[in-house]
Amino acid sequence: MTRFSIPDANPIVRLTVNLREENQPMRMNALNLHNMALAWIIAAMLVIVPVGISTAIAEELAGLDTLPGADDPAARGLAIAQETERRDVGFNNTSANMQMILTNAYGETSERELRNLVLEITEDNEGDWSLIVFDKPRDVDGTALLSYAHILDPDDQWMYLPAVKRVKRISSVNKSGPFMGSEFAFEDFSSQEVGKYSYNWLRDEACGDRMCHVTERTPLYEHSGYTRQIAWTDTTDYQPRTIEYYDRKDQLLKTLTMTDYRLYEDKHWRAHDLFMENHQTGKNTRLVWSDFVFQAGLTESDFTTNALKRAR
Amino acid sequence: MKKLKATCIAGLFTCGIAMTTPSMATEFEFTGFVEPEFQVFPNRGNVAGQKRFNSSVAIEVTAEAFWDNGDQFVVFTPFARLDQNDGNRTHADIRELKYAYVTGDWEFRVGIDKVFWGVTEVAHLVDIINQTDQVESLDGEEKLGQPMVAVSTVQDFGVFDFYLLPYFRERTFPSMSGRPAFDIPVDETQTMYGSNDKRQHLDFATRYSNTFEDWDVGIAYFQGTGRDPVLMPGFDTGGNLVLIPLYAQIKQASIDVQATKDAWLYKFEGFWRRELGEEYIQATGGIEYTFYQIFDSASDLGIVAEYIWDDRGATNANAFANDAVAGLRWTPNDEASTAVLLASVVDIDTQAVSLSLEAERRFGDDYFVSLEARVFENVQRTDPLFSFADDDFIQLRVARYF
Repeated sequence: MTRFSIPDANPIVRLTVNLREENQPMRMNALNLHNMALAWIIAAMLVIVPVGISTAIAEELAGLDTLPGADDPAARGLAIAQETERRDVGFNNTSANMQMILTNAYGETSERELRNLVLEITEDNEGDWSLIVFDKPRDVDGTALLSYAHILDPDDQWMYLPAVKRVKRISSVNKSGPFMGSEFAFEDFSSQEVGKYSYNWLRDEACGDRMCHVTERTPLYEHSGYTRQIAWTDTTDYQPRTIEYYDRKDQLLKTLTMTDYRLYEDKHWRAHDLFMENHQTGKNTRLVWSDFVFQAGLTESDFTTNALKRAR
Repeated sequence: MKKLKATCIAGLFTCGIAMTTPSMATEFEFTGFVEPEFQVFPNRGNVAGQKRFNSSVAIEVTAEAFWDNGDQFVVFTPFARLDQNDGNRTHADIRELKYAYVTGDWEFRVGIDKVFWGVTEVAHLVDIINQTDQVESLDGEEKLGQPMVAVSTVQDFGVFDFYLLPYFRERTFPSMSGRPAFDIPVDETQTMYGSNDKRQHLDFATRYSNTFEDWDVGIAYFQGTGRDPVLMPGFDTGGNLVLIPLYAQIKQASIDVQATKDAWLYKFEGFWRRELGEEYIQATGGIEYTFYQIFDSASDLGIVAEYIWDDRGATNANAFANDAVAGLRWTPNDEASTAVLLASVVDIDTQAVSLSLEAERRFGDDYFVSLEARVFENVQRTDPLFSFADDDFIQLRVARYF
């Protein structure tokens, strides 16, 4: 339903630096004027009306789809997630390269390089298909992971081990462990379907230069590593900007900040810089996407166990 | 899948070219490793010439070229080992030298390749396409390259593979001075075949496999020269007792099944084989379960329990006739990809025990170190494994990848 890449996670905004690159120049002026006018109106409103009303009006002025009101935070949170998903429908298939830079508590770094292929599955109640191929470290070169994502059941996953030419069906029940030793769990960047969470809208607030919907979402997957997540989704493009992850003891575990959003095919936003900070261990991982190709010509036959063996 | 790697790494521009004029772009990749190895044998060998220390070095290189948007490719993987004490272990092999062509749901391969079938962790019974490179490892997972013509197709109702195997590879055996080794040496100069075509016998194999939700199932048939030799006592030209390998013609039907139910894996594989006028069955199966994130850490602990059975009982071709396997796998999921595997195989008939400990991790970006220890205990004189009873060893390998 949605893309497999990390950008889908529903985070928020700390969109400080890169906003300018994210909008086409033509739109920029209009947007700035709009924002300025908006800011004045909001300021005026703040003086005379309660905050809730002002944000609702701000939203309408921004010309966004009508969301359920603040009196129904569950419906409002769900609608925000649905809007994020709706805006990425039709990407069909993508290929992209991924670099991960792992930094431990002593500041030492190590790198991973992977390639990611995604096939959009539009059937209801099914997640996307993905194939991840490892390039670095070199000892895992050619290792590949095929996943058929499901919404609430464990995914179907096969791992290819090139040294012994073996395809292994693996248990995917646990998706919350470190992926390749990084601060990302598979759960954090696997297909982010709306149906994977229940939602509760908390508030709207400024996030960097933008406004964001702040939504608490609770994983419905029984083996999730998280009790809840708090996601900041911007009110313009409905892209996640920041996500906070709370562990099974409901302690803040990690914060993901997504920046360097770029627009593909006039429709699909992809964050290219994802910074995951672990507050409990002091470790962090920066994940950098590059070379996104949309409509990469991929079909179901590129996501079979046979294709897994050929993956390079 | 589309091989966008090298072209895409060069940037979007090149990548775009690769997409629009696929047949123009040929990508090359060159990878490999050099791996020194050190072995220590705490016990003195039964055979004169067996040393307590051994060192060797292995090198493997893979050169690949892809074109036609990755639908055609050539792979060449030579391998060689130089060993201080064992002349048979100093050997070279072409692990892969193949041309492959993919069109839609069909894949064609010609040349030397490796193929793995099966699901279990310890005994690999249904895996029959490639010969075992036994001097490399006792676990049977190191294989010699096999010449073949292979066709594979993925259909809605499953995957079909067909193999024509025109040339036979003999199993490698350690020499007299090698360790671990049989106390009676294998004399490969007297190797015998069940077919007059000997190595040129044309073998045939086919496999059907499919996934039914949580179940992965494979059914296969093989007809041709058996990969497991029968080792027959005989004499060499000097009148010394030797073992002579006999490669019989066999017919074999096999099945392998894995059910993946949450953190539980249930595995079974087995075959029926006709060989030298005799029919027999071998089977193995068991479970694997993983405790995830134990003690609130990032570590996973996996347990493996398997049983191995041969309806002929123990023979010198197969010591695993009524054996139980128990294993523990610890993976802390750290940046170094550390993994530790502790395994024991117990012969239920004789109470002979084989214990192994394997530990591995990465150092820096390019070094991968693996430590392995194997101990054989309580092995009776009558046991086919008795030759190994004095060959407990500790082995360190340090691989440098490039």
